[in-house]
Amino acid sequence: MSPEFDLATWRAIQLTLELASLTTLILLVLATPLAWWLARTHSAWRAPVAAIVALPLVLPPTVLGFYLLVALGPNGPLGQFTLFMGWGTLPFTFGGLLLGSVIYSLPFAVQPIQHAFEAIGRRPLEVAATLRAGPVDAFFSVALPLARPGFLTAAILSFAHTIGEFGVVLMIGGNIPQQTRVVSTQIYGHVEALEYAQAHWLSAGMVAFSFVVLLSLSLLSRRSSRILP
Amino acid sequence: MNSEMTLSVTHLGPCVRRLGWVLGMATAVVANAAEVSVAVAANFAAPMQAIAQAFEQDTGHKAVLAFGSSGSFYAQIMNGAPFQVLLAADATTPEQLEKAALAVPGSRFTYATGRLVLWSKQAAGVDANGAVLRTGSFRKLAVANPKLAPYGAAAYETLQSLGLLQSLRGRLVEGQNIGQAYQFVASGNAELGLLALSQVYAEGRLSQGSGWIVPAHLHRPITQAAVLLKAGRDQPAALALLAYLKGAKALSVMRAYGYEP
Repeated sequence: MSPEFDLATWRAIQLTLELASLTTLILLVLATPLAWWLARTHSAWRAPVAAIVALPLVLPPTVLGFYLLVALGPNGPLGQFTLFMGWGTLPFTFGGLLLGSVIYSLPFAVQPIQHAFEAIGRRPLEVAATLRAGPVDAFFSVALPLARPGFLTAAILSFAHTIGEFGVVLMIGGNIPQQTRVVSTQIYGHVEALEYAQAHWLSAGMVAFSFVVLLSLSLLSRRSSRILP
Repeated sequence: MNSEMTLSVTHLGPCVRRLGWVLGMATAVVANAAEVSVAVAANFAAPMQAIAQAFEQDTGHKAVLAFGSSGSFYAQIMNGAPFQVLLAADATTPEQLEKAALAVPGSRFTYATGRLVLWSKQAAGVDANGAVLRTGSFRKLAVANPKLAPYGAAAYETLQSLGLLQSLRGRLVEGQNIGQAYQFVASGNAELGLLALSQVYAEGRLSQGSGWIVPAHLHRPITQAAVLLKAGRDQPAALALLAYLKGAKALSVMRAYGYEP
C-alpha cells in the first residue's frame, strides 16, 4: 500500500476485480457447452464457429469496442433490442462492460476447456455408457472431473485477461466512477495527466499480478500433465 | 506467359534508369527543402492538415504530422521521441517541456484559442441559446476527461458557470479525449456533447447537426501553445513552420475551423 493510492484508485481496483470475477463466472457457464460441442461435433459449422470464438484473439480490442459502441447504441440493432425491452442502452454501464468482457475473453475460456474435453477422448464416456450412465450423468460424473485442469486454466486466463482489458473499456466505458472506471483506464488516465508516480504504482501492481497468474498457471499445468496421460 | 515475362524484363532496364532520374530530380528539389516532424494535438488535426499543405506549397518544406494527446506526446518527448515542433492542446504542456529543458527557451507562443460547442447530430437537437441543457430533454452529455483534455476542463467550467454541474453530473459520460467524446455523440450513444468547435466546424459553419457555440466568458480561455523542441533547434523547416503558423494564411484556416487566433 502506498500513499499514492487515493480512494478513486481503490474503487477502480474493486470494480476491476468485480468485473473480472463476474466475467469469469459467466464465461465458465457459457463456454462449457460450447467447448463440449466444439470438441465432439462433426458438423460443418464447427470450423466457422471455432473461428468466430477465436476472433477476439486477433482483433484489436478497439475494433471490438467500436463495433460494440455502434451495435449497442440507440441506432444499433442490439441497442434497439435493449431499448425495446425497456433496459435502456448498455454503453457507459457496468452491464455493458460485462458484455464486452465476456466477448473479449471468450476464446480464453472456450479453448482450454475444449482441449481438455478433446484430451479425454471417447473411451471413458463409452465405458461410462456400458456401466449404464446416461449421457448427462456421464458428462457430470466423468467428463467434467477429467477436464478439471482445463477449467482451472480457463478460469485463470479469463480472469487475468479481463483485468488487462483496455481497448473495449475505453471505447464503451465513458470513465464513470464505480461503473466503468477500471484499473487499466485509470493507468492510462494517470499517464496522460502526467501523474507518473500513481501510474508506476498501478502498472507495477499489474506486472506483479500478471506474473503471479502466469506462474501459477505454469505450475498448475506441470502438475496436471502428471495426472493426465 | 513466357513472352510477357521477356517483355517485362526487357522493359525493366529503361524503367530503372527512369526511376534513377526521377529520384535524382527529387533529391535536387529537396536539397533546399527539408522535413519537419510535428506532434499535433488531436483537436487541431483538421486545420493542421490544411495548413501543412499550404506550408509545403509556399515553402517547399514538408511537415510530417503525428496526432495525439498532449499528455502522450509529453511522455514520448520526455523519452526521446524525435519531434521537432509540438502544437499542444493546452499551454501547460509546452511550459513543462521548457522547464524540463526539452524545448528551446523563448520559442513558446499561443498559436490558437479554441472554442467549445454544445453539439447534437440532430438538426433540431440544440437551440440557439443552449437552453436544452436546462430543459434536460436528453439522457447523456458527452465531455472529454477534464484532467486530460483542456476542452473537458472547459466543459466542466461551463456547466459550473451555468449552475448545472450538480444536476447534470449523473448524465455526463467522459471520453479520454475530445475525439472519443465526439465518437460518443456521433454514434448516437449520447444525444449531446460539449466538444471542440473545430470537430464539427468547417468553412465557417457547422458541417452537420446543430450546435450552440458556448460564449467564451463561461470558461477559462482554451489557449493552445506551440513550442520548438530540442530536436528542432536550428532546423530551418521547423523555424519556418512556427513562423508560418503566425502568418495570414494559417490564421484564416484556423478561423474557418472555428479557432480564434
